[in-house]
Formats: sequence, C-alpha cells, structure tokens
Amino acid sequence: MLDFLIAQTLNGLVYSMLLFLLALGLSLTFGMLRVINLAHGAFYLMGAYFGLTAWNLTHSFWAAIIVATAGAAIVGMLLERSWLQRFYVRNELDQVILTFGFALVFADIMKMLWGKDIHSIPVPPLLSGAVQIAGTYFPAYRLILVGVGVALFVATWLAIERTRTGALIRASVADRVMVSGLGFNIRLLFTYVFGFGTAIAGLAGVLGAPITGIYPGLDFEVLITTLIVVVVGGLGNISGAFWAALLIGLAETYGKALYPAAASFIIFGLMAAVLLIRAWGRDEEDVE
Amino acid sequence: MTVADVIVQRRSKPFVALRLWSVLGLMIAAFAAAPFLGMPQFVQALVIEILVFSLLALSLNVLLGYTGLVSFGHAAFFGIAGYAVGIIAIHISTDILVTFPLAVLVAALCAVPIGWLSIRLSGFYFLMITFAFAQMVFVAAFRWKPVTGGSDGLIVPGATLFGAPILGSRESFYFFVLAVFTVCAALLYAVVTSRFGRTLVGIRESTPRMRALGYNVRRYKLAAFVVGATFGGVAGVLNSLFNLFIAPESAHWTQSALVLVMVLIGGAGYFVGPIIGATIVLLLQHWLSSYTEYWGLVLGILFIVLITGAREGIAGLVMQGWSHLRGKGP
Amino acid sequence: MTAAVRTSRVSKSYGAFVALKDVDLSVEPGERRAIIGPNGAGKSTLFSIIAGQKPPTSGSIFIDGADMTGARPDQLWARGLSRTFQRNQLFQNLTVWENVELACAAHHRGLFKSVSRDALDDEIGGVLERVNLLGSHDVRVANMAYGEQRQLELALALAGRPRILLLDEPTAGMSPAETQAMLRMMIALPREITILIVEHDMDVVFSLADRVMVLNLGEVLADGTVREIQSNKNVSEVYMGKAL
Repeated sequence: MLDFLIAQTLNGLVYSMLLFLLALGLSLTFGMLRVINLAHGAFYLMGAYFGLTAWNLTHSFWAAIIVATAGAAIVGMLLERSWLQRFYVRNELDQVILTFGFALVFADIMKMLWGKDIHSIPVPPLLSGAVQIAGTYFPAYRLILVGVGVALFVATWLAIERTRTGALIRASVADRVMVSGLGFNIRLLFTYVFGFGTAIAGLAGVLGAPITGIYPGLDFEVLITTLIVVVVGGLGNISGAFWAALLIGLAETYGKALYPAAASFIIFGLMAAVLLIRAWGRDEEDVE
Repeated sequence: MTVADVIVQRRSKPFVALRLWSVLGLMIAAFAAAPFLGMPQFVQALVIEILVFSLLALSLNVLLGYTGLVSFGHAAFFGIAGYAVGIIAIHISTDILVTFPLAVLVAALCAVPIGWLSIRLSGFYFLMITFAFAQMVFVAAFRWKPVTGGSDGLIVPGATLFGAPILGSRESFYFFVLAVFTVCAALLYAVVTSRFGRTLVGIRESTPRMRALGYNVRRYKLAAFVVGATFGGVAGVLNSLFNLFIAPESAHWTQSALVLVMVLIGGAGYFVGPIIGATIVLLLQHWLSSYTEYWGLVLGILFIVLITGAREGIAGLVMQGWSHLRGKGP
Repeated sequence: MTAAVRTSRVSKSYGAFVALKDVDLSVEPGERRAIIGPNGAGKSTLFSIIAGQKPPTSGSIFIDGADMTGARPDQLWARGLSRTFQRNQLFQNLTVWENVELACAAHHRGLFKSVSRDALDDEIGGVLERVNLLGSHDVRVANMAYGEQRQLELALALAGRPRILLLDEPTAGMSPAETQAMLRMMIALPREITILIVEHDMDVVFSLADRVMVLNLGEVLADGTVREIQSNKNVSEVYMGKAL
C-alpha cells in the first residue's frame, strides 16, 4: 500500500512538473501580453515531435532537447511576429479564436508530417537507472524531471523578481504603454517572452515524451489540463502556477489511480469551485 | 425638426422583420415542398441535420451574439436533453408528448444552477467555467454506465403517440423537424426583438451602463442563459429522436466549439447568421470528409481567416457588400 | 431636513493602501455639491462607492435617510439616483435613439408598468430634444463626436428624471466651447434634482457649486461654500499655486 502511494506520488509529481512547465509559459504569456494562447498544447506536442525526429537522426537525447526547445521557440516567435502582434489590441475572444484556429492547423500539420501512430523517445542511457528510495526502486529519469521542474520554478521566479529584465516584465504587465514610452523595445520583449513560453512548452514535450508518449490529440489533452492549472493558479501568477500544478497533477494522478470514474469530474469541479470562490470575494464592479 | 417629425420618420422605415421573414418563409415553404418534388432521402437527412444544428446555433446566439456571453459549454444542454429524452423513453414512456417537453424541461432546469453560478464570471473566466460544467456533463455521460450507457452511448427508443409509433419514416421526421424549427426560430426571433432582447443587447454593449440605468443585469443574463439552454435542449431532443441514439460526444467541448464556429462563421450579430454558419460548416464537413481527413486544418484556417478579416461573419460580409452596392458606405 | 446623500465615516482600503479615510459628506436636497482634489485624492473612489460600484471597507452611505451601504447600482437607481461615467459608457453599436430608449424603458418594466409605443416614443423624443440631440437620433454612437457622446451620457442619466444626479468629471476631455455648453446645461437643471459632481475644472466647479468638498490623499481637507474654499490657504497650497 505504501509502495503504491509513494509510486503514485512520484508519478503525480512528475506530471505536476510537466504541467508547471506548460502553465509557466501560458501564464507568463497572459500576464505579460494579455493573450490566452490556446495553441500552447500544440507547442508541447511540437517539441515532442521535433525531439523525436532529432533523436531518430542522431540518437542523442541532448540533441533532441535542443532541437525541441529551439524549434518550439522559433515557431512561436514566428507566429507572434507574423500574426499575433496585430491582435494585442483586440479583445480576448478574438485572441482565443485566433490561437484556437492555429491550434487546429498545427494539430493537422503535425498529423500530416508525423502520422497517427504513437511514438516515443527512449530515456537516455545516462539517466535510465533506478534509484532506491524507502525500499522500492524509482526510475531516475522521473526523479530528475521533478528536479528540473523545481529548479526552473526557482530560476524563473528569481529572474522575474530579482533581475532588471524581470522588473521590466513586471512593469510591462502593470503598464504596457508607460514602459514602451520609456524607450524600451516592447515589441521585441513581447516576442521573446512569447518565444520563451513556447520554448518551455516544447521542452516539456520532449522531456515528457518518454513518459506520456507522442500521439495526435495529446496537444489538446495537455492544453485542457494546463488551462485548469493556470486558471486555478491565477493567470499571470508564476508561483500560483507552480502550486496549482502540484495540486492538479497530484489530484489527477491519485484520482485516476483510486477513483478512475470520477477523476476528471472532480478536476473540472475543482476548477469551477476555485473560479467561483475567487469571484465571490470580488464583488466589486470595475469600470474600464 | 420636432419630436413628432422624428417619430414619423422612424415609423416610415421599411419593416426589417417583414423582409427577413418573407425570405425565410419562402425558403421554409420550398423545403416543405421539396420532398414532393423528389428530394432524395439522403438530402432530407442532410437538411434535418442542418436544421437541428441551426437551431442549436440560434440558441447559442442568444447568449453570444445578443448578450455577449461567450459560452464554451453550450453542448452540455444539447447533451442533457438528448440523454433525457432517451432515459425518459426507456423508463417512463415513449410518448412524444411526454418525452419531448420533459427532456427540454430537464435541460432548462439544469441551466438554472449552471447559469446562476456561471454568470458571476465574465470574459475568459466565464468561458472556462462553462467549459468546466460542460465537461462535467460529458464525464457523467461517459462514466455513468447504468444510466447513460457509458462510452457505448444510449439507444433511444422510437417516439410514439398515444401508443402508436410515429416519425418512423425519414420523410415524416423531415416535416416534423421543419415544423419544430420554424416554430422555434419564430419564437427566438420574437424573443430577441422584444424589449427583453433589446435589454440583452444593452448588456452586451455596456453592462455598467445597464446597471446604472437600473437593470438587474444578473437576472437578465440568467434568463438569456436559460432561454439559450432551452432551445439548445430542443435541438438535442430532435437529434436524439432522429438518430435514435446518443453518445457522450454530444456534450463534449469539441461539440461546443463546433457550434461556436457555426455562430461566428455565419455572423453572431445577425439573427440568420447562425443558420448560415450551421449550413456552411455542415456542408463543408460532409463534402470534405470524403476527400480528406484533415477537417481540423480547414476548420482552423476558417477560424483564422474569419477572425482576421471577416469579424462579422458571412452575414456581415453580405451586409457590407449590400450597403456598398447601395452606395451607403461602411 | 434629511440629507439627500450622506456618507458617514466612509473608508476604503486596498490591502495596505488607504484610498479613503473617514469621509463625512452631506448633500442637501436640491444642492449643487462638488468634490474636488488633486490626482489620487480619492474622488473617484468616493464617487464609485456612493454610486454603488464598490462597497466601502467601513462606514455607511445614506440616500434620503435610508441606509444604502453596499447597495447595487440598480438598487440605487430605484431610489432615484442616476449617474454619468467619466469614460463614456454608451451603447456604441446602437443609435442615439436606441440608447435613450433603453434608458427610458427602464422605468416601464414589469407587468403593471408597461407603456404604449407612442408614450415611450414621446418620452424618448423629449429627452433628446432637451439635450439638443434630436437631429442625431439615427446616428450610431460610435460615429459621434466626443462632445456629443458626453451629451448623450448626460441624457441617459437624465432620462428617468432622477432625484439625485451624480456627475463624474462631466467636462473631461472637452474643448472650452463644449465645456461651456455642458456647464450651461447643468446650470439649467431644475432644483428638484440634487447634484453631486466630481470635477477637475475649477471654473465649472465655482460656477455651478453651492458647497465644495476638497479631498487630499483620501481625507477631507476642506468643506464649505465656494467662497470659503476659494480663500482657504490649505487648499491653494495643495493645488500648488493654482489660481483659484
């Protein structure tokens, strides 16, 4: 029983870290650009496929990681530059529809390029051992993933709270017009932030590939859970995203293991509950 | 210019409703006559499908186009009514006078708590919470095997009237759907052009202003939500009775997204927009699925093109073209 | 005489930030009352609280003697309170007529209060005539000049013949000519309507107001007649040499 719990906890933590990586990008993009990018899940899958191709060609996991992250970053920045920039002045619904359209387009393009079979990337030999904790063996890879997630959380938090670029980002969130008036190239900063978001989505995709597999439809699956995490954690809130990712990741893993029938129901109910509790506390009406 | 002059001027304008309904009336009459003129069965089935989804899209538009509430969970009521009609037919009675109204009532009653909670949020959060509730409906339908049949779906017994089976033939169902659609469309039109409908438009344009003018905005939003859900439920009932089957996918978010596309493509700001949108999307879907499996790509491109260039949908494009032709300008 | 509007020790904090502290304001029926103060003084916050948009953190608001603390804007409207918005809240895609129609129709809701088409049209026409917008009845609001939109904003607030009118910087963003026109319109309003106005334009304030309250950093700095405020040293200091 204890083994089972520990195993599920570890699985939950791994899943949480992947969710956090995704939520981080989405949350940052919203906090800074006020854009809700529904194509975010597509970047996860894109990273996984890029990584797959890189791995097939080089058999190097590290190459896969680099290609995946860079690839997702490039596509993301291209998308931002070419299309998204025009939509910053538009309302939320327009952005949602636009990015959703791109999500559909990317999904089918990936299906065309990589087919409909389920693929995977094997764990690199260096990380493929098992570690013994409390009498049972755990895949080293999964433990490392958890470490990566935590490290990234700390690094991003520090970067945003403690560096000048971070201050700039926080200022832009608060008052975009003011910051651009101060002479900073806001447009370039936005492109980089968007690219960073999609890059870590792609990174999550390739890192998660040995665990979740790679298949069409995965993009929307992760998108939905990521949206739940971001909503629960608070749009634009980095530490919120971390804790929400932990909550949702663990809840979903335990849920699937213990009450498979009700798991998703509970997760969606949780999101609805969080949304409502927050709304109740905010009974003031703000006029634009 | 005096007040009296202005009033006279306003009253002398051509009556929009008359124009709209003469066109719609002609089309409905044409469709009613078509089977007698040799309309093939498969076309009848297509028309039935288009009418059902047009009704669903019209019902969503009450929320979306008129009140400005972007719901990503409208399919929930389509599904709830669809399942209700099956469950009632299995356990209580297959009489259509029982199943039809009861199923719609079930959808409407579910809309009350869901709506009451959801309208406390707005914008993206409203989108997410309607999505969440709809997914909860989907999961319930998917998992609650004893009641809903689970992932296998539910077989819906055929409708009867006072014990005798009815609507067994494609043709009879065709006329039935045409009649129900006409009545519902007329009702919806009456609703959205009434003072209530104008209030909804006011809420869409400026909620703070409406509150300051003394309107209890929440109550109106809830009413709009329930009205939309009710007619969406009617569409769900028609769908179930036609296919004699319902699956959890009817309540899935992809279904909600599809209806949303229909409304947006046709033009959310116009009454007939959803009808146009449903027709185009379904025709495209049927036509394309025989050529390619990349329906998502087409839909995605449609979304992108639409939102970038034709925000008001096809109805909007037509209206713009029309004013240009008449030399009015934008 | 019961005050038309009275706030009692109204305070508002956002976390650690104190926007308003113990503000006691009273407005007599028929009075023209102005609230002025430098930026960040809390005028808008006080206004939103009285208008029912936000609840105060502490303190009470009385309308005609009744405790309406925390009441919603539509509940306040039912008590005869009407307001304008600093940034126009109009129905942009509707015509001027349709805008006023929504405002007038608000008074005829409910089964027992329905009104005939003719009566409603007359009412709408009357409102538009009073604010000189009858000629633009068919114009889409989004296509109107800013000054005219401001006029419409006022028209919507007046449509229901309110007893208490709250004006939120009515001349904001207007040209001198437009400001004069708006001022004339406000002066011409009957004394049955009590007016509470937040304004930046001192000429407008001193031409219109009976009594003026000066806020600074969330607290009441001065409160008195126009003459008292004009000769108040603290007030001129706070405005830093602004000619009063």
